[in-house]
Amino acid sequence: MKESKKYWKGLEELKGSAEFKEYAKKEFPEHLPINDGDGEPSRRDFLKMMGFGVAAVSLAACEAPVRKAIPYVSKPTSVDPSIPNYYASTYVNGSDVASVVVKTREGRPIKVEGNALSSLTGGGTSPQIEASVLSLYDKQRVTGPISAGQETTWNDLDEKVKAALSSGGKIYLVSNSVSSPSTQKAIDQLITKYPGVTQVSYDQYSVEGSLSANDKSLGKRALPSYDFSKAKTIVSFGADFLGSWGDKVLNNRQFAATRKLGDNKKEMSRLYTFESILSLTGANADYRTPIKPSQEGLYVVNLYNLIAEKAGSARLNAGSVSDNATLIKAANDLWNSREAGLVVSGSNDENVQLIVNAINGLLGAFGTTIDINNHQNIRKGNDGEFISFVNDLKNGSASGVIFYNCNPVYDHPLGSDIKAGLSNVKFTLTTSDRIDETADAVQHIAPDHHYLESWNDFEPAKGKFSLSQPTISNIFNTRQAQDSFLTWAEDETPYLDFIKANWEMDLYSMAGGSFYNFDAFWDKCLHDGVFELPSETYNNQDIDISGIYDAASAISSNYSDNGSDLELVLYLNNSVAEGIQANNPWLQEMPDPITKACWDNYLTVSPKQADEWGMSFDELSTTMKTQMANLTVGGSTFSLPVIPQPGQKYGTVGLALGYGRTKAGKVADRVGINAYPFTQQSNGARSYSVIGVSVEPASGSYKIAQMQTHHTHMGRETVIQETTLEAYKKDSQSGRNFPKIHTSEGIKKPYAISLWKGHEYSNHHWGLIVDLNSCTGCGTCTISCQTENNIPVVGKQEVINRRDMAWMRIDRYYSSDAGENDLSGMERAAENPEVTFQPMMCQQCNNAPCETVCPVAATTHSTEGLNQMAYNRCIGTRYCANNCPYKVRRFNWFKYHDNTQFGNNLSMNNDLGKMVLNPDVTVRSRGVMEKCSFCVQRIQAGKLEAKKDGRRPEDGEIISACAASCPSEALVFGDMKDPESRISKMLKLKVKDKGVEANEDRAYHVLEEIRVMPNVWYLTKVRNKDAEEANA
Amino acid sequence: MTSESVIREPLITGGKTLHDVSEDICSRVEEKPSKSWLLAMAVSLGALAIGAYCVLMLLWEGIGIWGLNKTVGWAWDITNFVWWVGIGHAGTLISAILLLFRQRWRMSINRAAEAMTIFAVICAAMFPGLHMGRLWLGFFWALPLPNTYGSLWVNFNSPLLWDVFAISTYFSVSLVFWYIGLIPDFATIRDRAKNTVSKMIYGGLSFGWNGAAKAWSRYETVALVLAGLATPLVLSVHTIVSMDFATSVIPGWHTTIFPPYFVAGAIFSGFAMVLTLLLVTRKVYKLEDYITIQHIEMMNIIIIITGSIVGIAYITELFIAWYSGVEAEQYAFLNRVSGPYWWAYASMMTCNVISPQLFWFKKIRTNLAATFILSIVVNIGMWFERFVIIVTSLHRDYLPSSWSMFYPTIYDVGVYLFSFGFFFTAFFLFAKYFPVINMAEVKSIVKATSEKISK
Repeated sequence: MKESKKYWKGLEELKGSAEFKEYAKKEFPEHLPINDGDGEPSRRDFLKMMGFGVAAVSLAACEAPVRKAIPYVSKPTSVDPSIPNYYASTYVNGSDVASVVVKTREGRPIKVEGNALSSLTGGGTSPQIEASVLSLYDKQRVTGPISAGQETTWNDLDEKVKAALSSGGKIYLVSNSVSSPSTQKAIDQLITKYPGVTQVSYDQYSVEGSLSANDKSLGKRALPSYDFSKAKTIVSFGADFLGSWGDKVLNNRQFAATRKLGDNKKEMSRLYTFESILSLTGANADYRTPIKPSQEGLYVVNLYNLIAEKAGSARLNAGSVSDNATLIKAANDLWNSREAGLVVSGSNDENVQLIVNAINGLLGAFGTTIDINNHQNIRKGNDGEFISFVNDLKNGSASGVIFYNCNPVYDHPLGSDIKAGLSNVKFTLTTSDRIDETADAVQHIAPDHHYLESWNDFEPAKGKFSLSQPTISNIFNTRQAQDSFLTWAEDETPYLDFIKANWEMDLYSMAGGSFYNFDAFWDKCLHDGVFELPSETYNNQDIDISGIYDAASAISSNYSDNGSDLELVLYLNNSVAEGIQANNPWLQEMPDPITKACWDNYLTVSPKQADEWGMSFDELSTTMKTQMANLTVGGSTFSLPVIPQPGQKYGTVGLALGYGRTKAGKVADRVGINAYPFTQQSNGARSYSVIGVSVEPASGSYKIAQMQTHHTHMGRETVIQETTLEAYKKDSQSGRNFPKIHTSEGIKKPYAISLWKGHEYSNHHWGLIVDLNSCTGCGTCTISCQTENNIPVVGKQEVINRRDMAWMRIDRYYSSDAGENDLSGMERAAENPEVTFQPMMCQQCNNAPCETVCPVAATTHSTEGLNQMAYNRCIGTRYCANNCPYKVRRFNWFKYHDNTQFGNNLSMNNDLGKMVLNPDVTVRSRGVMEKCSFCVQRIQAGKLEAKKDGRRPEDGEIISACAASCPSEALVFGDMKDPESRISKMLKLKVKDKGVEANEDRAYHVLEEIRVMPNVWYLTKVRNKDAEEANA
Repeated sequence: MTSESVIREPLITGGKTLHDVSEDICSRVEEKPSKSWLLAMAVSLGALAIGAYCVLMLLWEGIGIWGLNKTVGWAWDITNFVWWVGIGHAGTLISAILLLFRQRWRMSINRAAEAMTIFAVICAAMFPGLHMGRLWLGFFWALPLPNTYGSLWVNFNSPLLWDVFAISTYFSVSLVFWYIGLIPDFATIRDRAKNTVSKMIYGGLSFGWNGAAKAWSRYETVALVLAGLATPLVLSVHTIVSMDFATSVIPGWHTTIFPPYFVAGAIFSGFAMVLTLLLVTRKVYKLEDYITIQHIEMMNIIIIITGSIVGIAYITELFIAWYSGVEAEQYAFLNRVSGPYWWAYASMMTCNVISPQLFWFKKIRTNLAATFILSIVVNIGMWFERFVIIVTSLHRDYLPSSWSMFYPTIYDVGVYLFSFGFFFTAFFLFAKYFPVINMAEVKSIVKATSEKISK
């Protein structure tokens, strides 16, 4: 053997291609994501990496190895450690849909943000959307298909399902409103294959009344799209459009747009509300009139008559309302605004909605503020069909039921009937993600993916399409429900291909031929997350008002102005909402924007009524101990805690839906009571107000967890500065408070004197604007902050102990009727108060009182104006928190992670939940202080990105989580050193050698007099009230 | 014309001779522990044990087991700290300032008062330690020690750091002062000791004291020097403690009156505590001849004076709050008086301002039972003063949204109990094994003031 043997490592080497030879020379054959866009790594980089390597190796030698960190065997090309990837997707929950962008790190979705390309959200989100990422990592989800209580395989289950479906009989497919075209097609395939399948849908909060009214007067059984941004006068009859009604993200955005003021815009919309509970919308109203639900119809008809008088149309016969001063004012404003007027009603009474449509018709609002052609798709459940389904269940004529991602046993008023009926049915199945109330009563569970694991498409409003793509492969052995439907329909097409086929067939042609081929179109849509057709032009159309005379007479007999019965109003709050995500602790601990209570539902009662019932709330603002009451509805009595609620109409009590889950999981179970069964069927639709309930004070004490227990701002004008539009137009500084300090050299402005030298900011100087006028108080920012910054959930008892960990909170203040010097009177809110929301977070003071008092310098000032917290250095004296005038610092009283005592803190107490944690933010240990950091991790990431490109960060590139999520764009974050930034322009900043000076007349610092010089600026609240009517 | 000065009341009564002094004081150390002492020790140790459990729980579970919250970050912890520091003041005042002023009546009480100071300062120092979220790091990170963190250093702007220096300086000076005073007395016990163990222990403790004239001369010089050093400390320690509050921005804390007001309050509470302890010791150890009614009356007079200073300070605070025109400040004080914690304010006013005024009556200030009760009342009042300053200022400060209440838990009480347990255990050990009266000094006034000898 003369020839030496040649060993080769792979075919590549054997072949010896040029490409291989080139690779073989490199130490790292694959491309390293270092120095992207900056040419070859330099010697300097080598030394840096070398240095880092040595440090890392030596550090690794000191530390215990990281647990359960499994390296990629072969690294996916798109995943680089520490580099986030963003995917456009679509949030779906019950009937709600929103386009979102999902941030993933190392393959884990960790944050959901709005998709600015969607015209339906404009980049905003809601608390439910923000929190939904935690629901993905909920340990209560079922881990695979279940049959008769036993785990099974998908094949076995499919066989059983197919057999059941083939055996014929009447099989119902029950869901919430389906706004996904491809899902609907998949269901249609199932129906085609098995003609016995009937589809019924319902919404947790039914809008049947509107749907059928619109069917009659507009010719379409759908909710129109509203454009609040075009409205000058808005009148809402119990429609909480900022908190729960319709597309609330869009409503918030559009409504807030009308509330922005500046040098070039001195006009804003005026909002009238007529409602029973104090809703989020009512809290934002310029004029709010508390009415009983039993008066609502009459108010609507009277408004119609007032408008009709001006329009020269015929009046309707109906009783008058005694307190109509505000109604007349509203009618005048509406008539002056004409097509820029908008009347909405939350009533589920078709008659009321018919009259509302007629009023909008008289105003000419169709075509400007209302658009029925480009209608919404998100709520279209049919109450009538659903009731016949329930009847079929009860009388045993249904032979099968498939529940598609819905839980009617819990969230439908007839839940108990459904549960009872299910036992008569041969075949029952749900696609539920957990063994919820409905899943508990069915035979088979074919668990669907979470939306973050799914492919899907949606059409939440006509022509506005939104795509969903998985951001993580399915965590459990779940299967997309649509794939299940297709499998059962013997269609082997994967759902992704199914969607693509549909899009190719239905939508590609509408893309206008600007794409090379369908794949290019698809990729673009997938990248953007949305595909939106231009809205069809829509001009004011004649509406069919023939029904309004009958409607008016029905209203006359169904409503009365002086009903003496006690009425119960069931509402959705803006945290737990419908209760679908009730097992999400972020939502459970999010305080209701109005009552500031969490972890419960409770009766809201007008303080006057509570007095009459002899209830005392002496301890509510101290120990949070409240009075219990027995509520009797439809013959059953429930014991509930009571909150005295200013603004609540006398003669009514309110109760939130969405609580009282029994099988949602350990977080939600037994929190509050389920109010869905209290709703009544009247006039062909669900009524969310119940007339003739009774309430009696009951014994026993109960503590309600409230995050804020003092409800008025005590006339402190350095905290809340507000004015009226009329005054603002005359003087843009109106409402401002300018504190002055007496010194030995005369009276001076607080900022003219100082002990400190000040800080120089040579590069950036971050700041935030909070526009009190466009903040609606929805609380989305608080959940966004919680997600971004790994903020623990502490549970009800700790909230009662006043130890919530919120870095960002929304202070809600009521006005008081008391005089300026009546301090104890000022503690009581007015009967129908004006409400001000004040988002409050670390003010990043330039002269921070916290920084000077920390003995170990754990909280220091950065060169960019941030007040930064070094957790590792903190020894926990809490001196900084005491000395914080804004009380925004939060202390880790306990170890909140890996601690069974805080089992509700799902994101830190099990391996699955921990996947949601943001790796860029430390999970704080026990005994250290924490607070808002202005999302310093986002600032650093943005600066790095800009540095790699060798440029300065652009305005809007770096934005705090709160500002990013805000649906009303009330928060503006930016670099105050950049003269072109939005913040600089809005504040008309003048950069001085140390710090900045704002010349915007509305901009103020909270507590200016103590000269801590925050980097957060507030813009005055302006109410669109006539000056003489404004409360002092 | 000749005039004779009034003959002073003798400071030591009962015609004690020098030997009597040694006998009276040393026999307490030499005899077997009495039943009452054992019982008292048992109670103290019991309190210490329960308290120790609470302290362990605090360290194990976290500060959350106290009743503090996001608005009220300090309550019983710092209240107890300031209270104990205040109590400590009397010892130094008696031994240092009264020494400089040649007030010889102090000689009978300074030993016990100084011991009380030492123990009270230890109790006080516990709280800033235990109130930290991470004591295990805090107790050395709060010191300016060279470290491997580069430029990481303590924050000299922070009054809390000043506290660290103030308290540690105060403690070390007080300890040295006290110990030096003890040396001749330890030597006396050593000389009288019959068994070897005592001889060795007290021999060690007395540092080889030989009673030479030179030793006495040095002893007195050192005492004077230390008194000079300690005197400013009496004023500085509580001044610095008060700056924890005065330098903040919180209405009700941000007050320039605090330093003198705190010092007066400290002396006030310190004397009250000295009275409480001495009245018991005097009775149990039958020291009526050493600690006479005159001593008690003198101390009561100091209590009237300091109590009145404190009262004026309270009223000044209210006036300034009104006069300042600062809204938050005005509300803070109105809230103190009439808010949810009105009862704490009322207790403070009654105990600290009204009750000491009873001492204007000679009958009351020379009555042992009344003095004993009032001395306790004053200390209750002084505890409430600190509670009022800390909690009622914090619980309703600038933003009404954050207003809240503070409710103590069993662990707040337990850790306070721990400090009591420690204090009394230490004090009883002192009373048993250390000479409770400075024999050497008292002997110097026996001749001049004892009626038997002068006659």
